[in-house]
Amino acid sequence: MNRTETPPIATSAPALAHVPAGRRARIMALTSGKGGVGKTFLAANLAAALAQRGRKVLVLDADLGLANLDVVLNLQPKITLHDVFTGKVALDDAILAAPGGFEVLLAGSGMVEYSRLTTEVREQLLKVIETVAPRYDHILLDTGAGISDVVLYAVSLADDVLVLATPEPTSMTDAYATIKVLATQQARADIRLVVNQVGRIGEGRVIRNQLQLVVDKFVAPLLLPGGTVPKLELLGEVPLDPSVREAVQKRKLLLVSMPGCAAAQGVVAIAMKLAP
Amino acid sequence: MEATNPPAASTNAPLKLGAALQLLRQSGHDLPDRGQIGDAPWLQAVIDALCEISSRDPLTGLANRRQFELALASEIDRVARAGESALVLMIDIDFFKKVNDTHGHAAGDLVLKGVAQALADCIRPMDTVARFGGEEFAMILPNCPPSFGLTVAERVRTKVQGRSVLIAPGQHVSVTVSIGGAFAPQWVRSSAPLWIERADQQLYRAKAEGRNRACLEQPTVSLVSAEEKGLLFGTSQFQDLE
Repeated sequence: MNRTETPPIATSAPALAHVPAGRRARIMALTSGKGGVGKTFLAANLAAALAQRGRKVLVLDADLGLANLDVVLNLQPKITLHDVFTGKVALDDAILAAPGGFEVLLAGSGMVEYSRLTTEVREQLLKVIETVAPRYDHILLDTGAGISDVVLYAVSLADDVLVLATPEPTSMTDAYATIKVLATQQARADIRLVVNQVGRIGEGRVIRNQLQLVVDKFVAPLLLPGGTVPKLELLGEVPLDPSVREAVQKRKLLLVSMPGCAAAQGVVAIAMKLAP
Repeated sequence: MEATNPPAASTNAPLKLGAALQLLRQSGHDLPDRGQIGDAPWLQAVIDALCEISSRDPLTGLANRRQFELALASEIDRVARAGESALVLMIDIDFFKKVNDTHGHAAGDLVLKGVAQALADCIRPMDTVARFGGEEFAMILPNCPPSFGLTVAERVRTKVQGRSVLIAPGQHVSVTVSIGGAFAPQWVRSSAPLWIERADQQLYRAKAEGRNRACLEQPTVSLVSAEEKGLLFGTSQFQDLE
């Protein structure tokens, strides 16, 4: 990639650096490159698992173009982020309680015109996050599929970034592409990886090592002098589990409806790392 | 006037056409020779000519901003329905103020006309080229694949650069343009202001990077080479996939 053609949208410094850490939520962006790998599933269930550990959690639907957190949670929001952006309603009125003991801020489907990053969208999104950050322990940003500028901007607002992949070659390729962009455009040195739908225990580790190998060989030479080669941290793996499909079809949270299943336990293990 | 009124020509109320006909004459339109003065075909010809005037920029003869916005709205419709790839270019003359300050506004007008002509020479019949305002022009290129975008923009840029405008006997001026472009998001109903803003952002970038250049919004697809895939999946496994 020619660096001069795509100027960095933001640096790794979170845009909220001026708000002292400890007085505000730790913000983590969930991203994947490829759609349909379980990003929204993970965001919702991870939020529930963190809530079970006594944390106050907000999931912000940052997939402004094609949001579907409402579908996963079976919520029919009358008020969305769209109404907040247009000034129709107060921010507080758009924050909803979700099943699972956490809160959500939904984008709604009227956000198509916000699917492109304009100055207005940047400012609105930043303002919303600044306002809610002091009220929570964790904010999860559920970003859209792909590596659009809105996704990159949402990630730039986060303290941590979690890349979600499955063992599918297309998903691994897109996860790698995402990591490459985050390293070269945002100078991200630490990237968390979760591998979803693993067929056997330890597959996540193998995939993490393989991705790290390619990053070391192909991403490192693209970095500016003094840049840090991103280190991938395997945050966890979630086994392929028919219960997930069942829960999604019933539009129930896995953590609530089938908390004992293997996939739910995988999510709980991730929450334990984030909230020891 | 209410839409339910019968056609004016069938009533006895006389139509006041003086201003309209004066406008037609002033803009170089011949008065309609269709039908008898005042009958329906004649009035239709007057209305058609007035529509034509109100959609053109009087100086350059290009589409004006009103016509551009109509064309943009219908292009947004088409992109949303058919998923066709469409490009908008915003084109701004570099250092135009200097032309006006050095050679006077009459010369400035000639330069605007010259650039307009160069732009009009670049387009296909289905494209729209408009004077957007001042020294800024805009183009809509329907059905333009993303891989052609930069080539098209470069062609426009070099066409303008290569054209010199005669501003006085023996005195030529040539100017350059900066171009910013953005593709409509396919299958998505964008809005006209948003699409223009995205192209404008690229125009600012072209100006900031030194002018006389074309910048297009980069598709945010990050390329992963075959070599990288090879290492990611182990060579043999990757060959199976191919």
